Formats: sequence, C-alpha cells, structure tokens
Amino acid sequence: MNTPIVSARRAGDGSNGARVDMFTDLAKMHLPSPVLTASGCAAAGRELDNYFDITTIGAVVTKSIMLAPRSGRATPRMAETPSGMLNSIGLQGPGVDSFIEHDLAWLNHRGARTIVSIAGGTPEEFGKVAAKLRIAGGVEAIEVNISCPNVSDRGQVFACRAETAAQVIQTVRRNSDIKIPIFAKLSPDVTDIVEIAQSVIAAGATGVSVINTLLGMVMNTSTMRPALAGITGGLSGPAIRPIAVRCVWDIRSAMPDIPIIGMGGIRSGHDALEFILAGANAVSVGTSIFNDPSAPARIHAELAQELGDRGFLRVSDAVGYAHRPHTPTVDSEAQSSDAEWDFITE
Amino acid sequence: MSGRPIQVTGEILDVNRSGSYYVISVTAPGISEIAEPGQFVTVGMGGDETSMVLRRAFAIHRVQSRGVYGGTLDLVISPGGKGTTWLSKRRRHDTVSLVGPLGKPFTLPTQSVSCVLIGGGYGSAPLFLLAEKLRERGCRVDSIIGASTEEKLFGALDLKRVSTSLVLTTDDGSLGVKGRVTDVLEGVVTAGKTDIIYACGPMSMLANVAEFAVTHRIFSQCSVEESMACGIGVCMTCVLPIIGDDSVTRMVRSCVEGPIFRGDRVRWADIGTVPPDTYGAPVEEVST
Repeated sequence: MNTPIVSARRAGDGSNGARVDMFTDLAKMHLPSPVLTASGCAAAGRELDNYFDITTIGAVVTKSIMLAPRSGRATPRMAETPSGMLNSIGLQGPGVDSFIEHDLAWLNHRGARTIVSIAGGTPEEFGKVAAKLRIAGGVEAIEVNISCPNVSDRGQVFACRAETAAQVIQTVRRNSDIKIPIFAKLSPDVTDIVEIAQSVIAAGATGVSVINTLLGMVMNTSTMRPALAGITGGLSGPAIRPIAVRCVWDIRSAMPDIPIIGMGGIRSGHDALEFILAGANAVSVGTSIFNDPSAPARIHAELAQELGDRGFLRVSDAVGYAHRPHTPTVDSEAQSSDAEWDFITE
Repeated sequence: MSGRPIQVTGEILDVNRSGSYYVISVTAPGISEIAEPGQFVTVGMGGDETSMVLRRAFAIHRVQSRGVYGGTLDLVISPGGKGTTWLSKRRRHDTVSLVGPLGKPFTLPTQSVSCVLIGGGYGSAPLFLLAEKLRERGCRVDSIIGASTEEKLFGALDLKRVSTSLVLTTDDGSLGVKGRVTDVLEGVVTAGKTDIIYACGPMSMLANVAEFAVTHRIFSQCSVEESMACGIGVCMTCVLPIIGDDSVTRMVRSCVEGPIFRGDRVRWADIGTVPPDTYGAPVEEVST
C-alpha cells in the first residue's frame, strides 16, 4: 500500500518540516493538509478563524447538523476528567436550513473546505438533511454521525449495530451527489469495530471517521448525583487516544485501501503521527481546540516537522507505515550497531 | 464593538493574597490594550503535559500599563478546584497561556446617569474597571459588595475610592451590614435614584437582583458565571435560557453572547433546564 522510504533519522535535527509535502488525497478530495477539525469542537469554523486561518487546514468538519433546530440538553453539560472531558451537549444546533443559509454560506465565502457532519433520529432524517445539502452545494464531503452517544434513546446510536449503521449510510448515499465522499463516523463502544466499518463500506460509505467519544459517567460528590444533567456523556481528549489508535490500526489491517480519518485525543503533531502510522489518511483535532484554539494549525506544523525528522518527503508516504512487514532491512542493521545496543553485542 | 480576541503567553508579575482570594498580575500584550469592563480571559492550566485539558475563565479585574512590561491584567482567583489551586501557586516569571478579551462587555450609558454596582464574593472583580469608566462619564456610582463572611469580601477599599458610596454586607455580620446585598439594595436605590443596576456574583444573587430591578422598573445588566469548556463559542457547554428581542427563548452561549445579559432577559428560575417553550426544545412524545 505504501512505498517504503528512506531511512528513519533521529528526531529533532533541525527544521525538516518545511520540505514535507503535506497535500493529502482523501477520498476524492485534494487537501493542503491532513489536519481537519473534529465535529462538535469547531462549531462551523467562524469562531476559530480569530485564532488561525481556517483556509490553511485540510477542512473544517462542522458540528453535526440535524433537520430541525435543536436546543440540546440541560446544563451541566460538561465535566473535566483526567486528560479528558465528558460532554452531553445533545446536538444543539440551528437546523439544516439555517446552517446552509448562514454557516455554510460563510464557510464558502471565506474559502474554507467544508465537510458537513450530519445527524438524525431516523435514517429518513439523515436522508432529508443530505438531500438539502445536495441542493445547496459547496460541500466537500459528508460525515455521517451515526455514533453520537448523547441521544435520549441508545437505540438511536446506529453505529452500534452493523445493520442499522448500513441502513443510515444507504439512505444518505441515495440522497447525495454520487461524487460526494461519505464518511461514516464510528463508535468505539462496540465489540468489533471492523465489522461495523465493513458494513458501512459495503453500504456505500467512501470511508470511515474513527472514533467518536466513548460513553462515560462522572459523579458530583457534593450533590452525590451524576455530574451531567444528561447523566451519561461522551468521553474525549488524550485519555482515549490509545483506543482510537487501536481502532484505526484494526480497520486499516482489515481494509488496506479505504480512506480513514483518525481522531481521538490528538494534542500534538506527534500524536497525529501515531494515527497516520496506524493507517489514518487524515486526522481530526477536537477537544484540544478547547485548550488551544489554534491547535489545528499548530498540529499541522508539528506534524510536518515530525515527518521531516523521520525522513518522510510526503505525508502520504507515512500513512499506514506501521503496517509494513517486519523484516530486517539495511537500515535496521545499521541501527543495531549504534552505541545504545552495545550492551547486547558485548 | 470590542476587539478580536487573541492567544498570547503572559508572564506572571505578582501573586498577592487578598482575604480568601489571590490577585494575579500577568502581562497580556495585545489583550490588556483592548479589554473592556465585564470581559474575561481564559487561562491554560497545569503546563504543557497537564492532565487538565480545559482552560479556566476569569473576569478581568484591572488593566494597567506597567512601563517596561507593557499592558498587564489583574485576575482574581478563588482557589477551590485543581486548576485554580494550581494557578494560585504560580510565582513571578512563570508563564501562562492566555486567550482574550472574551465575551461582550457591560453596556455603558451615554449620559451621566445614576448607577448601582453589586458584587457578590469575588464577583466584585470586574466592577472596578466598570466603576472607573462610569465615573469618567460623570455617572453616580453606588456600590454594594457582599459575601458570606469578611474574608470573602473582595476589594472593599479599592472600590470605595472610585464609588460615590459603598455598602458592605456579610451573611454572618463579620463586616458591614448583616445580611444579603438585596437587603440593602432598596435603600441604596432610593437614595441614589438609580437608573441602571450592574451586578456580578453567584446566580442566586443575580436572580434576586434582576427580580428587584424588574419590579422597580430599573434597567439591569448581570454578569453570569456558567461552567465553560472553551470560552470561545465552539463547545456549547455554557448555555442558559435567554429571551431574545423576538421574545423567543433560546439556549444561548454565555461565553460569546454573554457573560453580560440584561437581567430581564435571563430565565433565572429555569437555569439548568431547557424550558419546554425553548426554540428547538425536545417535543414531548405522545404515546399513541
């Protein structure tokens, strides 16, 4: 799947980031960066444009849009957890018509590439939102949020079963322009995420976005009740990163050629590189934006540096690099003569 | 129109104890120059490798020009949780990440009207900047600050300097009038023939002040304190039910559309809920 490249150099030896080609082909999109925003952590891009130029990153992935305006859940909606946070927003949003008229229009006027995340309570609702976006145009791709844990009925988490996940994707595919890539956003709260990924690809998804939040819970020990009004919430942030990397790895192992957007607790270029090595073609930055509003631009620069330090000339060469066959090469033999291995050879 | 927020690294110049609180002075190049009364900044917690992923929001207490340091901000910290305790232990020359100025400022009157400023606990922090601006405009400024006990009153002496009058209240009577700020409000409003009430403090206090203002047909502006994750308008955590110009209630972000709201526009009794008549509220499912 990937061309093996030049020898892995020691990290941190100067500004190697500048000469790395960061252009990313994701599905049919040609993006200037593999770094995207994560849905639900960037609203519709406008606020973040104060902190970095949103046209420089790969794309803005919007907060999930539903058919009708939605108030979301009661407060408290958030609790900080070790290296993460729990949220229970409940998909607050203006509805697709207002989104198209105001938010999408602004993103297009600004010149940002937009991946619209859509959500719904039924497959039909997903289909209606997709149909409206098809008429509106100005959309690079659709990310289908079949895995938001913050809905009243857990039965609505379509991504928890292969059949329901496929049903939603089929409906969205039917209602979308054939040229528009569709990404299914998957939940890690399943026994076998590969099975779900295979089923959405079979149903017409172009690729997958992994992972959404994990369902969690925090107690408020003062009130001695659940900390969130919604009782449970979605866990995000660096705490979930190893789970996310594993999910990307498993899906890439099973499906060598599908486009994968990796996400889950990416805080630095180093973290982004982990996802790319595991098989992600692009990465989304989410919760870290709350800590550092310019995180997507910073992570783009750091990732270029990390890739350059390892001798990569193109980010695409690093995609899935950790899957390469484990055979001794000239390089690894050369490494084994390094001073740090002397204690073994002595 | 307030200036666009920016992200800068600030250097801590001073950390001083004040009763139960700490006042932190920090350089904030580009923020302090454009900050307006009632706006806030967020501060990154715990350093680069921290397990605290969320910033904390602090009302801007003062802005100063300190010669070689350029513009600085004073923030009032009430150490309680992990983050605020960490921040209170910072020392001179430590650096912190700052984002600001955030939120909409207090609306200032164009004429020299009579104002009452009410602060509860460290909620008095943003009132100093406000009082100075109001006095510049020739406004009468009557201030009331209250807290549970003397230790938790913030900045009585400083506020006294910029106010026409100052009344202190404590729940336990350890300083000033024994009772709540709303117990003395009527007297102050009558004496000062008040046109506008500005308030910042705990939600329960704000609710009582807003109710008083509505009853007495006085315009009020309240600075709310809602738990925030991002502070910049992207996370939808800090919402509360607000009645819009069109009389429709919406769940509104206090970080970008607040933290200052008209007292008569906040549905105080419904905070922590989504009232059924809210725009986009869940429709009650009727069993068939």
